[in-house]
Amino acid sequence: MVYFGDLKEKKGKIHIDKDRCKGCKFCVEYCPKDVLEMSEEFNVKGYHPPYIKNEDDCLYCQLCETICPEFAIFVTLKKEEEEGEKGESRS
Amino acid sequence: MKKVKADPKGVLTGAHYLDGDYALAEGALAAGCRFFAGYPITPSTETAERFSERIPSVGGVFIQMEDELASMAALIGASWGGKKVMTVTSGPGFSLMMENIGLACMMETPLVIANVQRGGPSTGLPTLTGQQDMMQVKWGSHGDYEIIALCPDSPQECFDLTIEAFNLSEIYRVPAFVMTDECVGHMHEKVVIPPAEEIELVERKWFKGPKDKYLPYKPDKDMIPFMVKAGDGYRFHTTGLTHDERGYPVINAECQDVCVRHMVEKIRMNADKIIKIEEDETDNAEIIVISYGITSRVTTRAVQQAKKAGIKVGTIRLITVWPFPEKRIKELAKKIKAFVVPEINYGQIVLEVERCTEGQAPAIHVPHCGGWVHDPDDIFKAIKEASK
Amino acid sequence: MKKEDHLEERNPMEDLLRMDRIPHIWCPGCGIGTVVTSFTEALRKSKIDLDKTAIVSGIGCTGRVAGYVKLDSFHTTHGRAVPFATGLKLANPELKVIVFSGDGDIAGIGGNHFIHAARRNMDITVICVNNFNYAMTGGQVAATTPTMANASTAPYGNYEYSFSLPYLAEASGATYVARWTALHLRRVTKSMQEALGKRGFSFIEVITPCVTLYARRNRLGDGLNLLKYYYEKSEIQHGADTRTLDISYQGKLIVGKFVDKEKPTFLECMNEHLGKVLGDKYQPYGVSHE
Repeated sequence: MVYFGDLKEKKGKIHIDKDRCKGCKFCVEYCPKDVLEMSEEFNVKGYHPPYIKNEDDCLYCQLCETICPEFAIFVTLKKEEEEGEKGESRS
Repeated sequence: MKKVKADPKGVLTGAHYLDGDYALAEGALAAGCRFFAGYPITPSTETAERFSERIPSVGGVFIQMEDELASMAALIGASWGGKKVMTVTSGPGFSLMMENIGLACMMETPLVIANVQRGGPSTGLPTLTGQQDMMQVKWGSHGDYEIIALCPDSPQECFDLTIEAFNLSEIYRVPAFVMTDECVGHMHEKVVIPPAEEIELVERKWFKGPKDKYLPYKPDKDMIPFMVKAGDGYRFHTTGLTHDERGYPVINAECQDVCVRHMVEKIRMNADKIIKIEEDETDNAEIIVISYGITSRVTTRAVQQAKKAGIKVGTIRLITVWPFPEKRIKELAKKIKAFVVPEINYGQIVLEVERCTEGQAPAIHVPHCGGWVHDPDDIFKAIKEASK
Repeated sequence: MKKEDHLEERNPMEDLLRMDRIPHIWCPGCGIGTVVTSFTEALRKSKIDLDKTAIVSGIGCTGRVAGYVKLDSFHTTHGRAVPFATGLKLANPELKVIVFSGDGDIAGIGGNHFIHAARRNMDITVICVNNFNYAMTGGQVAATTPTMANASTAPYGNYEYSFSLPYLAEASGATYVARWTALHLRRVTKSMQEALGKRGFSFIEVITPCVTLYARRNRLGDGLNLLKYYYEKSEIQHGADTRTLDISYQGKLIVGKFVDKEKPTFLECMNEHLGKVLGDKYQPYGVSHE
């Protein structure tokens, strides 16, 4: 494997606001790494929010954050990754 | 409210020979109006033309919008952008503006609209006079609300009352109307414009507090909320929906009650400070003639004739038509024989007079469907009939 | 350590949203929330002064956007968001004014105002969320409803021709015209950034799923089905001729940036011309602070 500079996959921490979710499944469908899955539990409004199936596969691409119509999910860099990269995608 | 000095750039000090329409434009400029969005309509177009000619050397914007609906919307936007704003129109355009007049009342936006009335309804008599929008100015838009309407009787008053309208709209955060008519609008007379230092102007109550403590619709002690303008960092929200103090829509009966009562009471509770009427010999009168605008000048002749015939007649000239001077009319109704109300319409303000007399004195209307002013003899005849 | 953790827990979008009004009223699967997310991203990335940014909405589902975004926001009457924004911008030329409203509001009742604001090249950005119907009032047919689609006031199918909004915008004189779907998340953000940084009349149409009404009445499924349709049928053609952008029912969606040109704005024209004609007597207005 050839690494260019210090190219490596970023890891993200996923925050889901379960009570805001309206169960549209956009995040589950469009996550490129199949990190999310719809759960069986009900939230306060009676919808099924997603749950994190494989957090380690998360690429911090933030697509779920951008596609969610309810502002119910966002991804931050996992703690270990912050040095030198913090806020890069947020600028 | 803040007292401010008139900007000398907008004040054309001196004695001029102007028509009512031009005087409206000069009054607006003297009052500090720096944004005008309008649409041409006879007989008010001259005001727009004058404003478009003068504003480049005073500093401001004139824009002729695509219709009156857009003019009103632009006016409200510009008022929230911090400017004093005005438009001018006539009957058909006035009808088009109604929806957004409701929005201006709901958002509590200061602005001035001049209506140079003409014969109606519909296209009617575009080039001839009328006073047929007097009820429409109060009730034209849907819902409950109160506005302020002033009625000039000469080009000089067109100038003076426009400044007054701006001041009232700024103090009470409500649309103020200058209801002239084609006769006054196209009449040329001497208009004396004083030096800028002698013009008293008022600006809206600006909120100067911390950004996170601003509530756009929280009434102050005088019932009027503080205002801000877009761009000052307050990140406020305002809407045409029924809203609470934060400006956020709240769709229920309780909020509607608070909202509507506030909009209406802020004018009704302050009516005494707003109402202006001119009375002449009303103390010992048996008949009182109530008139406004151009009709009051015709009434002068009729009253002269009546006095010569020995009738004890007095006059009331309504300078403020809305809010209507209910208290004074109720008071006088107890003492006199009858009111005579000539107006160039088929009976509008006479209905208000009738309502206020509470049956204690008849209100006799002298209608004229429009197109010309009354014949003084008709008014004299009515006064004679009433005194029998 | 704990405080930093807590800071990380906050969605950075929340600075731009009126959190006391979230959750919003839009249906599950509605794309308006996605467009608003793209919009907040664009606002942050473009680094404009948010205190000098104002957002104006009309009436309708998309019209509610002004109520959720934390800028100086105005919720005006139906169809009159564009002239309101015109007045606001002219009164305070320092403001960046954005109109964020729906297809019925901007191109239906507000059609005349849209045409004239584009003609004058008013310096405002218009974001039109197109869900092909009047959603808030129950899914009635709109000027943008594709021919043959069902709507509540066209229960046997829409037999009218529909608007091609980019064509209308370009013909009226807009200097920036783009169309995307809600699925083109990052391209929508980039377009919005470009429009915000550009002077003149910018128009961005974003085709968005309407699940409860448009999709349900036409048996098109839910939000995911509509997004799948966008994925399969959309084709990016930057600079395409706007005359070829009609949308037939469930047909091809040509998206991209179609117009991006420079033209003096209304105020620039006014200042230049009046300055020339009146010379020293002219008081320049709103001279730009670039």
